[in-house]
Amino acid sequence: MKSFLVVDDSRVIRNVARRILEAFGFKIEEAADGQLALEACKRAMPDGILLDWNMPVMNGIEFLRALRATPGGNAPIVLFCTTETDMTKIQQAIEAGANEYIMKPFDSEIVESKLTQVGLL
Amino acid sequence: MKPDDFAYFTKYIYDQTGLVLGPDKMYLIESRLAPLARKWNVATIDLLVGQLRSARDPALQRDVVDAMMTNESFFFRDGKPFDQFRQLILPALLQSRAAKKSFRIWCAAASTGQEPYTLAMILKEEAAKLAGWRVDIVGTDISHEALERAKAGIYTQFEVQRGLPITLLVKYFKQQGDKWGIAPEIRSAVQYRSFNLLSEFASLGAFDVIFCRNVLIYFDQKTKGQILDRMAKLMPADGVLYLGGAETVLGVTERFQPMPGQRGIYQVVAPGGAAKAG
Repeated sequence: MKSFLVVDDSRVIRNVARRILEAFGFKIEEAADGQLALEACKRAMPDGILLDWNMPVMNGIEFLRALRATPGGNAPIVLFCTTETDMTKIQQAIEAGANEYIMKPFDSEIVESKLTQVGLL
Repeated sequence: MKPDDFAYFTKYIYDQTGLVLGPDKMYLIESRLAPLARKWNVATIDLLVGQLRSARDPALQRDVVDAMMTNESFFFRDGKPFDQFRQLILPALLQSRAAKKSFRIWCAAASTGQEPYTLAMILKEEAAKLAGWRVDIVGTDISHEALERAKAGIYTQFEVQRGLPITLLVKYFKQQGDKWGIAPEIRSAVQYRSFNLLSEFASLGAFDVIFCRNVLIYFDQKTKGQILDRMAKLMPADGVLYLGGAETVLGVTERFQPMPGQRGIYQVVAPGGAAKAG
């Protein structure tokens, strides 16, 4: 079973994402900010990460840069999932090592489409 | 909807478009015509159909046909067909058309433009190999409304997130408010024409590749066969046809046969003969 780490400071979004991803057969772990996500990754690298941008303590882009600089941190496939829809933000995310980018609001169809593109489905 | 109106309406749509609407489509028809009745300031669907019967108003006829068409489409729909195009069909064309440096693609149910634009983006990504080439992408659809959207090339956030890789969104789209507009160089790579698949194809010219995906499912066997036979006539001996995942040529036409090992792609068969090897 492939593992997914859902990183978002909103419990509601984490629940929605968990339900969608569980339906595709992933084992889910959750983190409420980038710092907690980084600790989770250091314990065990997940196959995929769904990553919010704006979070307290450590935001999504800071987490992604830290993750990619961590040994083994290039392995997880990272999908940003954020309300940030500015082209400059999207480019910043790609440069930091994001594999795909989901603009909120999202639904199961969008997640499925993106997961297929990055080869997780 | 009264049985008599239903019978008239389904026959009208069949004659105009080839679309088969069985008794199980009553709900679909009513749900599509209700907004149209409001648009035409008519109190009920029955009155709208009555107006269609008596008035012979081309604008109403067009609206009714538009309303009954299903225009769902995505960028890179189903993924694989476009991988095949990039990895197999395009290299073959680059080789076989090297002397004349041109080929033509027809998207026979272009809908709101996602399929022709997907092809235009793929060709742009392969531009280095296509320097000095002329590639025509012709997108046709019976729905005027869909074609207007295709020509505008403006999509919702939802539409650009289904099938389109983020790297291509960044490269070929610009934000316009809460929508996304496709780049002029992609938009201008596609020519759109309003076109009914029941009409003669000769005016469209010849095509090396035809995408006719997820449209034949709406026609009866006889109409499917006629459309495919006429498509075969527009194609050279090594032309290829794409159909949707749920569609086949088997039992429909003898002018195409499946390309071995390539799901969804079909090769032209000469009348009464075998397909060109290769």
